[in-house]
Amino acid sequence: MHGLPGAFSANPHARRPGAWGWWLLAPMLAWLLLFVVAPMGILVAYSFGSRGMLGDVEFGFSWDSYARIADPIYLRIFARSIGYAALTTALCVLIGFPAAWFIARRGPGWRERLLLLVMIPFWTSFLIRTYAWIAILRSEGLLNAVLKSSGAVPHVFAEPLELLYTPAAVVIGLVYVYLPFVILPVYASAEKLDGVLIEAAHDLGAGPLRVFREVILPLTWPGVAAGMMLVFVPAIGMFAITDLLGGARVSMIGNVIQNQFTKALNFPFGAALGVVFTLLFVVSFALLQWLGRRKDETAKAR
Amino acid sequence: MIEFESVTKRFGSFTAVDAVSLHVREGEFLTLLGPSGCGKTTLLRMLSGFETPDSGAIRIAGEDVTALPPYRRNVNQVFQSYALFPHMSVRANIAFGLRMQKVPKAEAARRVAEVVELVALGGFEDRMPHQLSGGQRQRVALARALVPGPAVLLLDEPLSALDAKLRKQMQVELKRLQKRLGMTFVFVTHDQEEALTMSDRIAVMRGGRIEQLGTPTEIYHRPGSGFVAEFVGEANLLAAERVGGGAGEAVVVRLEGGLELRVAAAAWPGGAARARVSVRPEKVCVAKRPIEGAENVFQATITEEIFQGAFDHLVLRTDAGTVLTAVVPNESAIMEALHEGDRVWCGLHLDDIVVLGP
Repeated sequence: MHGLPGAFSANPHARRPGAWGWWLLAPMLAWLLLFVVAPMGILVAYSFGSRGMLGDVEFGFSWDSYARIADPIYLRIFARSIGYAALTTALCVLIGFPAAWFIARRGPGWRERLLLLVMIPFWTSFLIRTYAWIAILRSEGLLNAVLKSSGAVPHVFAEPLELLYTPAAVVIGLVYVYLPFVILPVYASAEKLDGVLIEAAHDLGAGPLRVFREVILPLTWPGVAAGMMLVFVPAIGMFAITDLLGGARVSMIGNVIQNQFTKALNFPFGAALGVVFTLLFVVSFALLQWLGRRKDETAKAR
Repeated sequence: MIEFESVTKRFGSFTAVDAVSLHVREGEFLTLLGPSGCGKTTLLRMLSGFETPDSGAIRIAGEDVTALPPYRRNVNQVFQSYALFPHMSVRANIAFGLRMQKVPKAEAARRVAEVVELVALGGFEDRMPHQLSGGQRQRVALARALVPGPAVLLLDEPLSALDAKLRKQMQVELKRLQKRLGMTFVFVTHDQEEALTMSDRIAVMRGGRIEQLGTPTEIYHRPGSGFVAEFVGEANLLAAERVGGGAGEAVVVRLEGGLELRVAAAAWPGGAARARVSVRPEKVCVAKRPIEGAENVFQATITEEIFQGAFDHLVLRTDAGTVLTAVVPNESAIMEALHEGDRVWCGLHLDDIVVLGP
């Protein structure tokens, strides 16, 4: 796989921001400081503390909480979370890329209508939409009713499909919620791709597959990479969908962290999980960017 | 080399190309010339394979390519917008076709180096397209289309995005290149000057059909219709009526406005009473003295003079009342000056009056 595109700017007017520019950025910086940097600090401080008798935090410096993460139980949950998130991301790209490409290649009128369809789900709370999936997937739910009445299922297998509270239900829910986050950025870069480049590649002897590999994918890659990040990162930490559609059987790292804070009341351990989780992202993001830069260079050298 | 056999292409109810038959010769520089919407680009796109004809057949070097996709045809195109791959260097752009043909790396490198030299792009191989000027991009597009060694090179208004000076320079360079390579070029343009400068033959198109096919001189001096006469160069297009047999090889016609001229009898459609004639403005000889050696000599007044640098554009009103435009070289110290309001003599040779159908 390729990495994220390098963050070089083709804008010849790009320059260092002046004093005025920093003022424009100030509200954003204040926000980040207050709601990202400060909570992260608190989290790090918690993670080195230890649990008090009443579930409060006794500050100190101990690696105990981190040591506990090395327990195979939690490592397995970490791995499972990454696995589900990766599967969700892959499915979202597989479904979302063709959809985005199709929309981007329509005329302006159709493009607007189709984009609206992609955005309609945002009008309803995602919790409500997830409850709707329970109604669809449960054994006496909509899906099974349709399958039964259509006669698509032979009578031998007349037992209802048990989808709810399985990993499959979780992945279905995740893909459903995150699909627009792939379609929108891919659409944005696909829409900018000049169709004449595809003609030029065909003209020079590239069949449909080569055109996809050599022209379409590299030029829409910024959108694909952004979409993958937008799905993968929140999908790992998601706990609401796993709770609702996976029941107690399918727990992901997000559920474990949530439990530490709400049920087990072990703040230091929850915080340590959160810190490791965050570091995981920082490292993978840096890795993706590094890959992206290297790919840019090899493309130039080719 | 290339044969279009009664090729038709419709888009909905619009017929873009209407039963066109055309034979392009090996090693020829053929230009499809016409205004926008005349079908020239559609004809080219059917040759490159981006459009499929509704009926008719297209053959390249004897092979029927009518239904062949673009990537299976031995033709390459230079696009109007150049269509360089923005994520590839100049070298990678040029080598793209060879890579698709799976040409071994060493040979590909050699051929790329050759073509880079041919289009004078040495030293720019590692630049990205956005780091190049318009003229340089144009050369990359040309090199990229040449390097796979196509049987035919297709050029879709490749010079239209360049500024006037560079465009003239590229016209000459393209023509030289084509001669040197001996490759068949099919060139699409709406610019008649470009067509006249570069082509071996020009197909003037209008409304999806070929209006006239011929060498630049034929097209310019013997336009087959009023449309061609006006589209290629400038022309005085006038309605004419036969008024007398005239002596021997000439007939006498009266133009709209009243001026009577002698016209070659062989050119006049036999028996017809009316026709249209075309006179190129530079063929009208204008002087302060009576003109000798011309069959038609008449007097006129200059009603308007438009300075155009090397030339003066004159609007003449003949004594009989016909309005003609003439183009004369701008005066030098040893030439007489002609100005608005001057009474002048005009001369027009028999053969410089082109008779078009009624």
